[in-house]
Amino acid sequence: MTLALEFPPISHIVEWPDLLFEDTALAFNKISIIYLLATVLTLTLFFVGGRRGALVPTGMQNIAESSVDFIRNGIIQQTIGPEGLQKRWILPLLTSMFFFIFFCNITGIIPFLQMPANARMAMPLTLALLVWVVFNVVGFANQGPLGYLKSSLFPPGVPKALYLLVTPIEFVSTFLVRPFSLAVRLFANLLAGHILLVTFAVLSAALWVTDWYAVFLPLPFLMLIFLTGFEVLVAFLQAYIFTILTAVYIGGAMHPEH
Amino acid sequence: MLPLLAQIEATGEEFISFGGAVSAGFAYGLSAIGPGIGIGYLVGQAVQAMARQPEAAGLVRTTMFLGIAFTEALALIGFVVFILLGL
Repeated sequence: MTLALEFPPISHIVEWPDLLFEDTALAFNKISIIYLLATVLTLTLFFVGGRRGALVPTGMQNIAESSVDFIRNGIIQQTIGPEGLQKRWILPLLTSMFFFIFFCNITGIIPFLQMPANARMAMPLTLALLVWVVFNVVGFANQGPLGYLKSSLFPPGVPKALYLLVTPIEFVSTFLVRPFSLAVRLFANLLAGHILLVTFAVLSAALWVTDWYAVFLPLPFLMLIFLTGFEVLVAFLQAYIFTILTAVYIGGAMHPEH
Repeated sequence: MLPLLAQIEATGEEFISFGGAVSAGFAYGLSAIGPGIGIGYLVGQAVQAMARQPEAAGLVRTTMFLGIAFTEALALIGFVVFILLGL
């Protein structure tokens, strides 16, 4: 008995052919179209939501206002503190980052798109490097170059001799591992979810036969439905975690540890 | 496993891909142990904290997600290694 179970190689799951401008530097595939779509959706949400400015919000304005409220009270207030609200660029940065990542993630379960754009390393890495630049610039601006290096490489309250050990570790973990782990966390979560969905979809398709073993079809199919719901949660949670870690890094660079 | 290895007249390339497939399984399995224990303990403690101090639930939840994100990173790096070895 052969199940004819042909699991596609990993490159077939995440690589897409060029659709527009083939073989040029500006080539467009499904992933870049999802990036554009996510950008446009984020912009539309806040431009349409913020256009009327009615006292009693309805529809789009409701979504925009409650999401800004969520980022403001749920993320900035909890991690950076009231100082984070005085700097007026932090709220827009985190809000647009959250929605861009969320829209890039949620395409993994939208029919016909069915590819989380963040399952390719390009966008997570770009965003992580952006975050790295932002928190370092904030640190330099708020504590001065020397003060920032001192507070991040020489944490207070450590015996003098231990700095030999602590300083290299702090350097690696703050300046090298942070952007790497930020990017890998987002990328690997989405890729894992995508591979899980593909696995159960392939299993369900292989069991769609007129043989006796078709009785097992409900099992992978129910799992597929369950995982689709789970992916909604993952898409939201990963956007949330990326945003909250950005806020933590910015907050940490703003005021020195003591 | 050893007699099986002896039976297979593996060429160099086949042997490498065989070793890659086996070690990919181990890489993911081993890297899942630590974060599994860690996240379980972390969330358990967070639930206990929320039950004892319901008014601090918001703060505890934020910190819990942060801790989960840091702990989970190890398992995810293991997953990436798994993909790289399995290719």
